[in-house]
Formats: sequence, structure tokens, C-alpha cells
Amino acid sequence: MLRAIPFGWLLAFVAVPCLLLLAIAFSSSAEGVPPFAWGTLSLDAWATLTEDSFYLSAFLRSLRVAFITAALCLALAFPMALALARAPARWQPALVLAVLLPFWTGFLLRMAAWVGLLRDQGWLNGVLLGLGLIQEPLPMLYSTPAMLLGMVHAYLPFAVLPLYATLLRLDRGLEEAAADLGASAFTVFRTITLPLAAPGAAAAFLLVFIPAAGEYVVPEMLGPPEAQLVGRALWGAFFQDRDWPLACLLAVLLLAVLVLPIRLFQRLENRP
Amino acid sequence: MSRVALVAGLAFLWLPILLLVGYAFSASPIPFQLGGFSLRWFAALAADERLLEAAWLSLRVATGAATLATVLGGLVGWVLARQGAFRGRALFGALAGVPLVLPEVVTGLSLLLAFVGLQTLLGWPTERGATTVLLAHATLGAAYAAVVVQSRLSQLDRGLEEAAADLGASPSQVFRTITLPLIAPALAAAWLLAFTLSLDDVVVASFVSGPAGTTLPMLLFSRLRLGLTPEINALGAAILALAGLALGLAAAMLHRSARHQGKAG
Repeated sequence: MLRAIPFGWLLAFVAVPCLLLLAIAFSSSAEGVPPFAWGTLSLDAWATLTEDSFYLSAFLRSLRVAFITAALCLALAFPMALALARAPARWQPALVLAVLLPFWTGFLLRMAAWVGLLRDQGWLNGVLLGLGLIQEPLPMLYSTPAMLLGMVHAYLPFAVLPLYATLLRLDRGLEEAAADLGASAFTVFRTITLPLAAPGAAAAFLLVFIPAAGEYVVPEMLGPPEAQLVGRALWGAFFQDRDWPLACLLAVLLLAVLVLPIRLFQRLENRP
Repeated sequence: MSRVALVAGLAFLWLPILLLVGYAFSASPIPFQLGGFSLRWFAALAADERLLEAAWLSLRVATGAATLATVLGGLVGWVLARQGAFRGRALFGALAGVPLVLPEVVTGLSLLLAFVGLQTLLGWPTERGATTVLLAHATLGAAYAAVVVQSRLSQLDRGLEEAAADLGASPSQVFRTITLPLIAPALAAAWLLAFTLSLDDVVVASFVSGPAGTTLPMLLFSRLRLGLTPEINALGAAILALAGLALGLAAAMLHRSARHQGKAG
């Protein structure tokens, strides 16, 4: 009984929905509500997808953007987590809170804040104009750098926290031993800290990469119109074109692409 | 070197938010332009009925979803931590982890299909709105709650429960007097996590909701597409203040319970 309730829930709201994605990806679309026919078998969505190179490039673009986002997050998060883990113990809770609190202000509001910062009449342009460094506002919003800035801002805490947990567990005695034996600070970092933190770093990378690959809101709010990522393509197929089979097929393919990183992430999470 | 990165990283995280708060109190009608001090945007916010309605709906949905998520996630965590081998355990464990790794658009679309399927099959839910958003958020929240509860349960000293049972406590007494108080902080953390996830979600809600169920993030998103208004800055400032207050309270409670446990132990 204790098991039946959660098991039933997981089957109904996790397993069945995923199977439905697969089923409807290969159903034919229909007029009406919902705009597909149950129990049909059709390759229409597949044909739409393969005829138009737009979708393939959306996938490649998404993977590239997710990779860059995750790499930037990792590059920034690693030294941050190191400083957090090495800070005096009584300061650590406050510092962790300082990393987490922006996360609590609401994702949309943080993106709105970036819009306010970067747009033509925005704060940054105001400052630059005021200083006389530029004569006309720089178009910064709706660009790839603005989108990446927003992505890193949105996902940075996801990378900092697992790295911080890994570095906190790291046995400092090993580093001290290496230093005592004459290793320079850089050698200690390269031969002890980095290898020991590598699984945590890989987990942090994947924790950003996986959701970033399907991101919809950030590219929509900060990115250029031509930055058509999978998330936007799926959203458009669903909300604008009302082509549910195509949206489902995109979701299935996104999952297929992400299976490898997901499995890798789960393996890293379950390591002893 | 790493301290410089920490300061820079925190500045990066905080700069846009602090600007948002600063301009929420600015008199100028164009957001993010410094002017005199003013509370007019907060007044505008308080008079915006659609926004208040959406905020109220979001709060109700988040409260319900977090509560359901804590119960369900607690059960999932319990099964994973305490029930050894059973038929389908591998499937159970795998399914429990799926919502954690699905991209939002996939979660949203797949849950919508589940609701459409249920409607075709059972005639329920009759319409999509607050209820379907609540159920979707509960599913997402439960996955996170399960992780929190499972990790707490597996750290727990089984000796305490065994001692109580040896002294004649019934299983329900053991659960009520020993296990529940010990996992209470984890349950509270799980509830808070699920609550935040629900309040912050725009993508899943957009998929599973209907015309009657516009949550605050959905309303905000549709307004932000039209342009940034000073009211949105004021809303950000208000939410930041509330989140800070809630986190402060939670930290104080955790601190107290840690001291309490320290004394007891």
C-alpha cells in the first residue's frame, strides 16, 4: 500500500507521459482539440522534420549553446566553489546564502533585470553614453552574448553548489602532504585538487548542460530572433503551429540526444 | 585568486538584481533610469488586480503542489531508502529520477499529454487550469522531495528506531515519535524546494494550464514580451524582500533546531 501510491503516481505522471510523447510523435495530426488522432500511425512529423534543415540546425545550435553555457558556468563556478569551501567556517553559510538568494528572486525577474541592463535605453547604455564613451546606444539586447550572459546567470548556482559540496568533502590532508613534500601551490592544485574534484566538476557541467539544451525562456527574452534553439522550435510547433506530433517528435529527439549526458550524470551522482 | 572569482561571481549574480531593486524605488517613468525616490510603482503594483489575482493563484497552487509533493516525495524517498528489494524496484528508482533530468519543455509537453489522455479516457480533468498546474508541479516537486527525504533517511541512525521498537513501541508510535521528528527538517526543506519550484515555473505551467489558470510567472512572461515596466521592478523588489525574510526565518529555525539537537545529543 505504502508502495502502491507513489508507484501508481510515477507510472501515471512520469512513465505514461513519456510513452505518450513517443506515441503522438508518430500519430497523424487532425483538426480539432486535441489536434492529433489517437491510435494512428504516421510519419508526417518525421517528414516535416527531415525536409527542413531548420530543425537539424536548431539541434546543433542548442547543443553548442548548452556546451558554451556549461563551460562558462564551470569556469566561473570552480574558483567560486573553491573560495567558498576554503572560507572560514562561520562565513560559509552566509556566502552560500549569497549564491542562493538570487536564485530565489524568480527566474523571470532576473531575466527582466538583464533586459533593463542591456537594452538600448538601459542602464549600461546610459552609463556609457553619460561617460561619453559612445555616441549612440550599443545594441546589446537580443544578441548571442546577451543570451549567454542570461544563461550563465540562470544556471551558475547549479554549478557552484555541487562543486562546493565536492570540495568541502575533499581531504585537505592530501594537499598538505603534497605541499610538505615540496609541491608548489600550482602543482598541488593540478595533481591533487583538480583530479579529486573532477567527478564533481563533471556533475556540475552536466547539471547545467542538460537543462540548458532545452532552454526556452532565456533565448526568447535575451537572444536574437535567429537563435532558434530546440526549446523555441518545440514551443513554436506547439503553441503557434499547433502541430502536436511535431512538438512531441522534437521532445523525443531532444531526450534521445540527452540520454548519454543524463546517464553519465546519474552515474556520477550515484558514485560512492 | 579564487577569492577574486568569488567576489566577481557574486557581483555578477547580484548586480542586475540590485539595479532592479534600486530602480523599483525610482520616480522616473522609464525603468532603470535614476530619478528621485518614489514608491509609486509599489502603489501601481498594489492596484493591479490582474497581477494580484495571478499572484494569489500562484500562491495557492504552490502551497498545494508543495504539500502534495512532500507527501508523495516522502513516500518515494521512504520506499527507496527503506524497502529493500521488490519487484519493479529498478523501474521505481528510475522513474523517480526522470523528472529531475528532463528539460522543462519536455516535462511540460509530456504532462499535458497525460492530462489530455486522462480527459479522453476518464473525462477528468474537465478543463485545464489551476488543478492541472498543481498536479504537474507536485510531480516535479515530488522528484526533488524524494531525493532530500531519501538522503536524510539513509543517514538516520536505525538504532534509535530499533531501540524504541525493543522498548515496546508499535510501528506507528516509532514513526510518530522517532522517525518523523528526525526527518522533519528534510520534509520542511523539501516543501520549501517544491514551493519555490512551483512559484518560479513558467514553462511547465504554460503547457498544462488553460485559459482559467494564469499563474504569476505566466502573466509576467506575457507582459515582459510586450516590454519591461517599472511595476515589474517593484514586484522584483517585493519578492526579493519576501524571499529574504523567508530564508532568514528558515535559517533561524534551522539554527535553533540544530542547537536544540546539540543539547539533546
